[in-house]
Amino acid sequence: MEKRVVFRSAWLPYALLAPQIAVTIVFFFWPAAQAVWFSFQVQDAFGLRTEFVGLRNFAELFADERYLQSFGTTAIFSIAVAFFGLAISLALATMADRVIRGALAYKTLLIWPYAVAPAVAGVLWAFLFAPSIGIVTYVLKRAGIDWNWIINGEQAMLLIIIASVWKQISYNFLFFLAGLQSIPRSLIEAAAIDGAGPLRRFWTIVFPMLSPTTFFLLVVNIVYAFFDTFGVIDATTQGGPAQATQILVYKVYHDGVKAADLGGSSAQSVILMFIVIVLTVAQFRFVERRVQY
Amino acid sequence: MVENRPLLNIFTHAVLILGVLAVAFPLYVTFVASTLRLDQIMSVPMPLVPGDQFFENYSQVLTGGSKSGSSAAVSTMLFNSFVMAMAIALGKIAISIIASFAIVYFRFPLRNVFFWMIFVTLMLPVEVRIIPTFKVVSDLGMLNSYVGLTLPLIASATATFLFRQFFLTVPDELAEAARIDGAGPMRFFRDVLLPLSKTSIAALFVIQFIYGWNQYLWPLLITSEESMYTVVIGINRMIVGGDAANEWNLVMATAMLALLPPALVVVLMQRWFVKGLVETEK
Repeated sequence: MEKRVVFRSAWLPYALLAPQIAVTIVFFFWPAAQAVWFSFQVQDAFGLRTEFVGLRNFAELFADERYLQSFGTTAIFSIAVAFFGLAISLALATMADRVIRGALAYKTLLIWPYAVAPAVAGVLWAFLFAPSIGIVTYVLKRAGIDWNWIINGEQAMLLIIIASVWKQISYNFLFFLAGLQSIPRSLIEAAAIDGAGPLRRFWTIVFPMLSPTTFFLLVVNIVYAFFDTFGVIDATTQGGPAQATQILVYKVYHDGVKAADLGGSSAQSVILMFIVIVLTVAQFRFVERRVQY
Repeated sequence: MVENRPLLNIFTHAVLILGVLAVAFPLYVTFVASTLRLDQIMSVPMPLVPGDQFFENYSQVLTGGSKSGSSAAVSTMLFNSFVMAMAIALGKIAISIIASFAIVYFRFPLRNVFFWMIFVTLMLPVEVRIIPTFKVVSDLGMLNSYVGLTLPLIASATATFLFRQFFLTVPDELAEAARIDGAGPMRFFRDVLLPLSKTSIAALFVIQFIYGWNQYLWPLLITSEESMYTVVIGINRMIVGGDAANEWNLVMATAMLALLPPALVVVLMQRWFVKGLVETEK
């Protein structure tokens, strides 16, 4: 879509774009190019000498068991976050779509976690599940479950999944609610007249008609699990125990900042950039399709 | 409502109430913990009714931080977070709105190149280019400064897109009328477009304020001085080790202070928040 009426000026549009483009070049393109450049280099321990090594950093990464393990961890984590996040919020949104009394109150009480920083969400849940003093740990112990995420990798994973899902529910909930409210009531009424019960109506009409929203949210949630959960992990498990919760983005940070392996960390950045680009393209192709609906 | 099913109605409310309670539970426990003495929290299980240390704990963190971890005052951190959130929100809105004005209302060479340059930044979150961006900022001497905290996060493809979408829906007749009346482009921008964009600006502001307030990785990297900590980083610095080593009552008071401002923004500006959320994702 283009404007029919435009203004003419030889310099004004450039001046208007200048701040945005300047920031973009200095803080996006320049660092991204450097990441690519560093990924082909190896630096000695003191950062004095760098050597161009071609694709060796990448070859080493894919030969590194711990890196491949991090892929697996990321996959399990993001699938779990996306699945539980979507399932719980769809259930809540479907219910909220039904109620008449108190709808606004429910909505308000369900959306506030969006405002909580991932790192703070991590701290809240880590406190509830703290191995010696946590209130949930206490209840679990009474039920005969020994809970200690500091030494148990699976429990650490469960903790970051719970904290990440909790924070994301409000976002999914709002989009599902908007999607549900755009489904024509006449369709549902027609099905009800034909004798379809609420459950049947949900699976044969509502759920298929929500599929564009669901797909959109699926991509958003996977991106969220890939990147935005950094704060959750750093505030709780810090990738541990024994890398059980070290997702890809945490490993970039850990290798680059804590282990000061510039080349290896940059190579990981480049791979992550590639993954994000694929995800974004998938999302946009879908958006284009949705326009034709 | 399609039909009347009393049982289903009860079930609906039950699920929603359960959901609300499950979502609120961590917040409640945090609040309770922030009003207790440390030894009360340490005696398992901790009480689940608020204690009487509310003023003691909050005034302690606001003026002096914790004793075992970082002792930076949380009031300074709140101020830093506020500056960061405001600068990011307003900065993003300002540079995006003029950039999209240029892209929509002018024809000029390289227009599409610029558009794509902004577009691809959508794909590169800070987390992906951590170390090179850090290097650039440190080369520019921006560590431990407000400029370093905000400027790298200010370029926003989402805001530019939002304004572009909105400008495209503004009727052409308005620009035509302005031109016939002899108004220049900046006059048209100021007197016609800006007032029309008010709701979009408000919606975007809410989203970006929360985004700025909740930043974690970036301030973690570039602030090493206590006086530049944001409140989210402050919590991280107060947690020093295992369960017993932390002053959880103070950590939890700080957590309450960290999450209250953005939560209030969401609840009080709910209408703009929902609009902003849905529209920035288009």
